[in-house]
Amino acid sequence: MTPETGFRLRHKHLLGIEPLESEEIRLILDTAESFLEISTRPIKKVPTLRGRTIVNLFMEPSTRTRSSFEIAQKRLSADSLNLSSSSSSATKGESLIDTAKNLEAMAPDMIVLRHPAAGAAHLLARVCRSSIINAGDGAHEHPTQALLDAFTMRQKKGRIQGLEVAIVGDLLHSRVLRSNVFLLRKLGAKVRASGPPTLVPPGLDRLGVDVKTRIEEALEGADVVMMLRVQKERMVHGAFPSLREYFNLYGLTKARMKQAKHDAIVMHPGPMNRGVEIAAEVADGSTSVILDQVTNGVAVRMAVLYLLSGGAVGELAA
Amino acid sequence: MNWLLRGGRVVDPASKLDAVQDVLVKDGKIARLGVGIPADNAKVLDVSGKVVAPGFIDMHVHLREPGREDEETMETGSAAAAAGGFTSIAVMPNTDPWNDSQSITEYIVSQAKARSTVNVFPIGCISKQGKGEELAEIGDMVKSGIVAVSDDGHPVSSSHLMRMALEYTRIFDLPVIDHCEERSLSHGGVMHEGYHSTVLGLRGVPSAAEEIMVARDLILAEMTGGRIHIAHLSTKKSMELVREAKAKGIRATCEVTPHHFALTDAAVADSGYDTNTKMNPPLREEEDRLALLSGIGDGTVDAIASDHAPHTPIEKELEFDQAPFGILGLETSVALSLDRLFHAGRVDLTRLVSLYTTGPARVLNLPRGTLAIGSMADITVLDLNRVMEVSVSAFRSKCRNAPYQGWKLKGAPILTLVGGRIVFDGRS
Repeated sequence: MTPETGFRLRHKHLLGIEPLESEEIRLILDTAESFLEISTRPIKKVPTLRGRTIVNLFMEPSTRTRSSFEIAQKRLSADSLNLSSSSSSATKGESLIDTAKNLEAMAPDMIVLRHPAAGAAHLLARVCRSSIINAGDGAHEHPTQALLDAFTMRQKKGRIQGLEVAIVGDLLHSRVLRSNVFLLRKLGAKVRASGPPTLVPPGLDRLGVDVKTRIEEALEGADVVMMLRVQKERMVHGAFPSLREYFNLYGLTKARMKQAKHDAIVMHPGPMNRGVEIAAEVADGSTSVILDQVTNGVAVRMAVLYLLSGGAVGELAA
Repeated sequence: MNWLLRGGRVVDPASKLDAVQDVLVKDGKIARLGVGIPADNAKVLDVSGKVVAPGFIDMHVHLREPGREDEETMETGSAAAAAGGFTSIAVMPNTDPWNDSQSITEYIVSQAKARSTVNVFPIGCISKQGKGEELAEIGDMVKSGIVAVSDDGHPVSSSHLMRMALEYTRIFDLPVIDHCEERSLSHGGVMHEGYHSTVLGLRGVPSAAEEIMVARDLILAEMTGGRIHIAHLSTKKSMELVREAKAKGIRATCEVTPHHFALTDAAVADSGYDTNTKMNPPLREEEDRLALLSGIGDGTVDAIASDHAPHTPIEKELEFDQAPFGILGLETSVALSLDRLFHAGRVDLTRLVSLYTTGPARVLNLPRGTLAIGSMADITVLDLNRVMEVSVSAFRSKCRNAPYQGWKLKGAPILTLVGGRIVFDGRS
């Protein structure tokens, strides 16, 4: 179902997937389709956001998300400013609210925030006039990641509705999991999740997730297999004894992929730990769409920036 | 000044009294109770249609003096207490420095005498500097007036130290108040572990972190014959454990805070990460909240205590992970209880009054909490029908960190007397 011409986002901010209506999600995905082509042109630039100022405030390390937002902004002709925790006054003890208020005094239109604390984007949305885009807040949400994941699934599978999606890894600390669960459930996919019980948060079943203790059960008959990064710190936290044992129990191998449908795709939000959550041969194999996710990320973020600037369906500058 | 409180409904659980009577206050003491007392030279306070109760006691307050006068002082804290209907507060020792020695206790007592409008009863540390390593000089502090010991804010992690404390305090018949938290389970947690912590992506504190310590403390109280008081009890299982212990004759008591019986962890989500929903122990689930209400109703709970914890806006307006735990409570406790417990039919008036008077007075061995003739004229007058809308900007406290902005509550304290002096007058 295509939204009618003129349909706009009902939100000023993108704080997460949870508050979005399914038609808003479809609007973003459809808009991203029209932006995808721009990146294939010899001159990859449109004047859509000319004169708009966007601040990228990254209080946590990021390669993919940050460069993806920057490229999206450049291709839309927006002026952007990049600040990271090491280059901001946070190192001098300035609070997040003060940093944001000072940036606001320079009249940006949007602030893209990556922050290690869940709810940090909500905090900014309360005190700022600009539109806030959550580029990952602690273990809470990473909405543009889920949108680009959905875009990739739709691109490869032709639909989201009815897909069997298996998500495997550190479920407890993953914002990618949460945003994907909200999005996939809203668009009618079925989600199974698997990880060591020490890394499964309570209440996932109430979110419509079928939690499987063994990875094999989660993979069985899956259309999409999404692997989540496992961080070394979690081992220190005592959630599993060694990375080697983790890979033996939950790593995605070619053999395990046989449980999934024969045409199943493999996804990963990155950064990948080869040999920890995913075998190199699977990550680089023919079923992997991991680099397509990165490509699509730019188009999806262009769509989000455009729509939050007040853009609507059918008004796109050529 | 002598007063005649005329025509109020006098509710004094200690004297099993609930009747319309006059109360004569003379020279700071309760001089007479009865119908139709002549005013003579006393000034008449018309309290007809109102409830006259013994002065309310909040046994769990952080007054922040000495050391954090930017958050609360004797003046602001006692004004908040008086406006909230309290005539006595027991203050926790986690000040800077901690109240772990006679000289600090004496400082608090002398400052309170000079600058507080309500009675201040200090609680001393269990351990030196609240470090949980060796016992503080409890005997010395008792001489200067402490009414209990606690390392509140810090749990007593060492079971050996808790055993020593429960045994040693038997010399003074002093209760040991514990903030029950098994730190290896709660470490890094900022809200209750459950569905909402999962959705919000916040690190959770499981109920078991509290319950394990409650169980340990009750076992040690049984073994030692000491008196254990569980501070801010927040879970269903903790309530069951205390109920069983009391039935077995273990010397255990407990308190519940208004925020734990009025709110659940859904408030963290509904408020969009408002740090005024962050406290320790955290807001729990609905089944816990209902269990607290049952315990309040059936007598398992001895006291309602606010755990009044002032934090400045600078400290609270941070990311949820980084903000300190704790909210204000003195100015909303009684109204929340009248609205959510009394008007909701959970308790009758006598029970409600006892939770603020005889209950905490018994735990702390205070010669307070009654209107018996000859006792100190500490009096709290309630208007059961006044609807108050909470406005944090109108608080007497120095801070504003409460999650109740705009709440409409039915029932409020309107007049507070301490030793025969009016310290708060909210009539009209």
